[in-house]
Amino acid sequence: MKSAQYFFRLVAIVLAAFGAGTFVWTYVHHEPPAKAAVKEGKDRKKAPDFELKDANGKAVRLSDYRGKVVLLDFWATWCGPCNIEIPWFTEFQRKYKDRGFEVLGVSMDDGDNAWKVISPFIAEKKINYRIVLGNDQTGDQYGGVEALPTTFVIDRDGRIASVHVGLSGKKEFEDAIQKLLDSPATGNGA
Amino acid sequence: MRFKSCWILPLLATALSAQMAPTLKVEAIPTLKASKGAAATVTVKASLPAGYHANSNKPTYSYLIPLTLKWTGGPLQMQSITYPEGTSERYGFQAPGDKPLSVVTGEFSIVTKFKVAADAASGPAAQTGTLRYQACDNHACYPPKSVPINVTVSVD
Repeated sequence: MKSAQYFFRLVAIVLAAFGAGTFVWTYVHHEPPAKAAVKEGKDRKKAPDFELKDANGKAVRLSDYRGKVVLLDFWATWCGPCNIEIPWFTEFQRKYKDRGFEVLGVSMDDGDNAWKVISPFIAEKKINYRIVLGNDQTGDQYGGVEALPTTFVIDRDGRIASVHVGLSGKKEFEDAIQKLLDSPATGNGA
Repeated sequence: MRFKSCWILPLLATALSAQMAPTLKVEAIPTLKASKGAAATVTVKASLPAGYHANSNKPTYSYLIPLTLKWTGGPLQMQSITYPEGTSERYGFQAPGDKPLSVVTGEFSIVTKFKVAADAASGPAAQTGTLRYQACDNHACYPPKSVPINVTVSVD
């Protein structure tokens, strides 16, 4: 009996030490977050709808994209890691558009003159997907988007299949997109 | 930012554990004794947690947000601000052809030289300003933030 208690204590200590070690390692070395797995359909939650404006002042709703796989990218012009991902997303838009895929970029640049910064940036980077101007309210809807980039991959039913915080891998995104494109809409989007 | 959609928190929790917005710490500035018509210097000492950087006052690219100290009110007349020299660093999120970024990390100081007006009112007064910065780590960037700067000035 005593040896069993000793064993469980030892396991608890080892687990606690492992947890603390992982925590310290993560904070000190800023390792990239764990790969964002694509959730099973039953575990996916509905992506909150929003209405934001593009550079032409046209209202864009996320619900306009229902039936498509959407890569929803929260980014900003001043965000270096975002600039790495943008060419990948431009490539995905070109490669998968005909299969029912769209990238929607939500710029978190702020200020009254945000488009004066964003529009030249779109031209310079040859961004081929729609960009809308986000705000704190939109960020709050998505759990408080603070680290940029933060990207949500949304299935054809309008549900969040994976979340990627910070710079993620190109293959990680592409695998998620392909998996979702291969799955038809189920009508479970609520 | 507030967390209104609680259901998303579990989704973000794992990833966010490594992507926390850093807080720039600013040391309290001791009361500044200044004489009318004389010069005075204020040093703002700040620090970023390990693993984070902020753009220097002269960022490498024009689209980056610089470290900026703005004095907004008080009895002192600003003459000059000296920012820390940025260090050139390369980060994992940069493309191969990108230039190194001019950044500040760890502890740094910003020195402001003031002049006290000859007709300044005697006694204690508040000199106020804001320090604006935009920080990143190796994988993510965080929205620009402003920290209030308050200095108690005793004019004699």
